Amino acid sequence: MDWKGRDVISVRDFSKEDIEFVLKTAEWLEDELKEKGSLDYARGKILATLFFEPSTRTRLSFESAMHRLGGSVIGFSSASSTSVKKGESLADTIKTVEQYSDVIVIRHPMEGAARLAAEVAEIPVINAGDGSNQHPTQTLLDIYTIKRAFGKIDGLTIGLLGDLKYGRTVHSLAEALAFYDVELYLISPELLRMPKHIIEELREKGVRVHETTDLKGTIPELDLLYVTRIQRERFPDEEEYLKVKGSYQVNCSLLENAKEGLKVMHPLPRVDEIHPEVDKSEHALYFRQVFSGVPVRMALLGLTLGVLG
Amino acid sequence: MPELKIEVIPEGTVIDHIPAGKWPKVVEILRLTKPNGGTLLIASNVPSKKLGRKDIVKVEGRYLSEEEVNKIALIAPNATVNIVKDYKIVEKFKVEIPDEIVGILTCPNPNCVSNHEHVLPKFHVESREPLKLRCHYCERTVEGDEILGNL
Ligand SMILES: [Zn+2]
Repeated sequence: MDWKGRDVISVRDFSKEDIEFVLKTAEWLEDELKEKGSLDYARGKILATLFFEPSTRTRLSFESAMHRLGGSVIGFSSASSTSVKKGESLADTIKTVEQYSDVIVIRHPMEGAARLAAEVAEIPVINAGDGSNQHPTQTLLDIYTIKRAFGKIDGLTIGLLGDLKYGRTVHSLAEALAFYDVELYLISPELLRMPKHIIEELREKGVRVHETTDLKGTIPELDLLYVTRIQRERFPDEEEYLKVKGSYQVNCSLLENAKEGLKVMHPLPRVDEIHPEVDKSEHALYFRQVFSGVPVRMALLGLTLGVLG
Repeated sequence: MPELKIEVIPEGTVIDHIPAGKWPKVVEILRLTKPNGGTLLIASNVPSKKLGRKDIVKVEGRYLSEEEVNKIALIAPNATVNIVKDYKIVEKFKVEIPDEIVGILTCPNPNCVSNHEHVLPKFHVESREPLKLRCHYCERTVEGDEILGNL
């Protein structure tokens, strides 16, 4: 599969084969890394991280991935420190930065910014979040985490909990899961239900979908519970936010009725959706999920740079 | 009703069955006012059996291609196009919505990059009936009145 020079912009651009190939590459890199400590596939290559809005975790994860591949990193972490402040167009920023680097990772507050950057740049561009639109590397690392924890994805019963209306992460994850034979429980407050068009799309692709507000009653059915935060900043209306704030929490007493192997995931950061007491339980998979970001991003960087395989 | 007299053109393109009042948009989208664009004859609010009232745009001395005219399909889905040579219609076709809509419709998402950077708005057709488009940049879908309101 030829990944050299390819952009990573949206989950919509991926086929199931693409996803599987990235997962396989990440798995191989994770094992290599464990064995050798450090790798040098990307020696001499430079990653530019262009963070027009801050997201420290995502940026650190990409930087760590590039360093572990033996490459180096340049970049900025907020638009105020660049000539964007002086009114430079996104296209000009990209055309300038590509003279300094071999691959670009971009995070931008506007939807579609990564697609535009990819059209302008000759070198590969990886989307690290464009407004409320896409964050494809998060989705890939989520799928990777599930596959590593269960050894498979087909046959799993998965609950998506929380803000299913505004949550970008769960929209893309659901879309990617539709490639597999899974059963989905969509658990949310009435106000934060998954948009109808996404549910329709899932059903068209053969996913068995159930909508519910009952977290406690659904827990015993699940192999995996994916929890999301209610993001205040995504709400157009503060009053609506206050109505649903703190409306669910995953704690040990809730998990008493869970299957023994139930795993809990969360894209982090969390506020109060998962009680810290869950961290020590067998169920917690969310820190392992954070770790997964590195091999998955190593795979994407290495593949688009054309230095792997 | 007596047949309305509309000047016949010796050669060029006649775009018929445009919804009444929409001719300025057609002229704008097809850039018919540019200097070498040919003589324009416009008939507005013409009685029509099909539409009640309609507009007709005639471009003298210029043959518009099917691809060019398809750009107006969003505002004039029933438009018919006649290519005239020597006062005779030599070719006739109905407009069709193309697979990609570029530069006609602006994206209704205020936070879409296409509304802020110097780039032509672009949409992919997801379905024709009912019409549903997806923004190439922000990936949001638009349908129905939202399409008409952003033309
Ligand atoms: Zn858009």
